[in-house]
Amino acid sequence: MAKKSALLQGNEACAHGAIYAGCTFFGGYPITPSSEIAEVMSKLLPKVGGKFIQMEDEIGAMAAIIGASLCGHKVLDATSGPGMSLKQELMGYACIAEVPCVIVNVMRGGPSTGMPTGPSQSDVMQAKWGTHGDHAAIAVAPASCQEIFSETVRAFNLAETYRMPVQILVDEIIAHMREKIVFPEPGELEVVSRRKPEVGPDQYKPFDPSFGDVPPLAAMGSDYRFHVTGLNKAPDGFPTTKAELVDAEERRQIRKVNDHAAAIEKNEEYLMDDAEVAIVAFGISSRSARMAVDILRGEGVKAGLFRPITIWPFPEKRVAEIGRQVKAIVVPEMNLGQLIHAVERSTKGSCILDGVGRVDGEPLTPDQIMDKVKEVL
Amino acid sequence: MTFDYEKYIRPGKLPHIWCPGCGHGIVMKGLIRAIDKCGLQKNRTAIVSGIGCASRLPGYVDFNTVHTAHGRAAAFATGMKMADPDMTVICTGGDGDGVAIGGNHFIHACRRNIDLTYVIMNNHIYGMTGGQFSPCTPTDAFASTTPYGNPDPIFDISKLAIGAGATFVARTTAYHATQIDKLITEGIKHKGMAVIEVLDCCPTSYGRRNKFRSVVEMMKQHKDIAVPVTAAAKMSEEQLAGKILTGVLHKENKPEYCEQYAKLINKVQNPTSK
Ligand SMILES: Cc1ncc(C[n+]2csc(CCOP(=O)(O)OP(=O)(O)O)c2C)c(N)n1
Ligand code: SF4
Repeated sequence: MAKKSALLQGNEACAHGAIYAGCTFFGGYPITPSSEIAEVMSKLLPKVGGKFIQMEDEIGAMAAIIGASLCGHKVLDATSGPGMSLKQELMGYACIAEVPCVIVNVMRGGPSTGMPTGPSQSDVMQAKWGTHGDHAAIAVAPASCQEIFSETVRAFNLAETYRMPVQILVDEIIAHMREKIVFPEPGELEVVSRRKPEVGPDQYKPFDPSFGDVPPLAAMGSDYRFHVTGLNKAPDGFPTTKAELVDAEERRQIRKVNDHAAAIEKNEEYLMDDAEVAIVAFGISSRSARMAVDILRGEGVKAGLFRPITIWPFPEKRVAEIGRQVKAIVVPEMNLGQLIHAVERSTKGSCILDGVGRVDGEPLTPDQIMDKVKEVL
Repeated sequence: MTFDYEKYIRPGKLPHIWCPGCGHGIVMKGLIRAIDKCGLQKNRTAIVSGIGCASRLPGYVDFNTVHTAHGRAAAFATGMKMADPDMTVICTGGDGDGVAIGGNHFIHACRRNIDLTYVIMNNHIYGMTGGQFSPCTPTDAFASTTPYGNPDPIFDISKLAIGAGATFVARTTAYHATQIDKLITEGIKHKGMAVIEVLDCCPTSYGRRNKFRSVVEMMKQHKDIAVPVTAAAKMSEEQLAGKILTGVLHKENKPEYCEQYAKLINKVQNPTSK
């Protein structure tokens, strides 16, 4: 039997992916170019018995999804730059209180209101460093409508596995373009739910490191009763200022991601085996880059494409290897130089490195990327 | 018979952080008595607060407790109540937390008439951060950021809640300790958004600066200006000048948010049924 397929917008694909992943709660506040995600969720969730709430602002939306997640739901929120900026305090709350949640940022230009309907890729660094304090970050960056579906499922899996917020970074172009989607059958894609406590309620501690770097999370309202705070805390969840406990908590919350970077990492490589010049690109820019690689190959230039699908944590090891393999790396991105910093940190000067940026609301063209490649070689 | 508070206090979590004479402890005891009167199950009760001295309350009591971020209690609680509508969800916090930084969430929780009980401890000041003025600091009063007297007018929290759509609104003071649990009990039993404003005192950050010589004097002032709504009905406007009304100020029945959403789900899932 042929699988079900449809012509879907990227934002619609995201909502369908969330339902596939078992999302039962959406909290949001409308903002272009992300609003279709909320619209489709408001339609799909009641059908599966889930809840949709449009909150009074993005801070409230973030608060509502954290609250619902603490009660055992898989939760989603979608926004764009200005909304993402408002959420930052509670992004940190979700980090320190270790609450699984998925937040989509359909990137538009900026700062501030910027170009509401224009595409951009300018929140790469915000996704990593947006909230204050030390914290780990996971962000995925799909490049097609089909991939938005599957990466949304994976974002939920990562949030549930590592008990933390996970961001999906999409640019306005793929969010709004329509492509054919083939719906995976139930069971075809892996769907992960958070680990439940293995001990009885009287022994349960929500941040107990003896169960590993990602302690199990009970649902509030179940047989387990516990305390959650945004303060630094002891394994039992209650605030502490004891130096060794604070230190242990902070380090564990970074380690739980760093030590599993290989499992979280996901990249696509195209014609990289013999490449002498690598283009490192994500999202919509990677599609122009792929075309540039094909044209350059036709002209005899040994070009290849490296596309991080997980952009945080950044695939530092692999990019370091690439830096040693190639003469040059070119980083095309729809901003004025963000991902290139992560590439530079990985390659540490082992090859020529240059970027090509665009912030006028138009996508980078293959020509622009090729020109830069020719310039650096 | 003495009431057994220990049953609801988390072992090992006292002493609390509150200063001697702080009114927050009186409110906590009232809340505990109300929860006991309502016979709530610990596992099926959540207490959600923001940030501030008042917001430290959840850490001491043995329920599901969430100490959120400054001002966000109502929004977290909205998500929790939607997620688990049969759980009793109670918010606690200060005036600054609830109606300054959290004002937007507060009014919208009232508007939705979601079944939360919000106990707001109005001590007219930002206690935790050292006594800066709040939207409930009286005009001309002194705070660390109003060294020449407060130029701002105040918010009347109860009126704000009524105006925003809360369907149960009551007010009392920390002096009227027995009324606290009575009103909170009614609020918990009420289906819909219930706001209980308790005027309480912060001797450390408000009292000292405003020439109250003792906590007793601060509480006595609340006692003197409090007029039960029932008595107020028979008083003239002049007699009521400078007074505050206490008791149940507003009560009505309107559709509750989670019930409305349950109906919506039912309608979507069973399109033919009425
Ligand atoms: C986003 C944010 N802004 C400011 C603060 C600092 N802050 C902590 S508590 C507080 C005021 C609390 O006052 P109130 O809610 O009236 O409670 P009280 O301490 O008087 O009981 C402030 C301003 C904070 N924690 N977070
Ligand atoms: S500073 Fe004021 S509000 Fe805070 S604990 Fe002391 S008396 Fe209470």
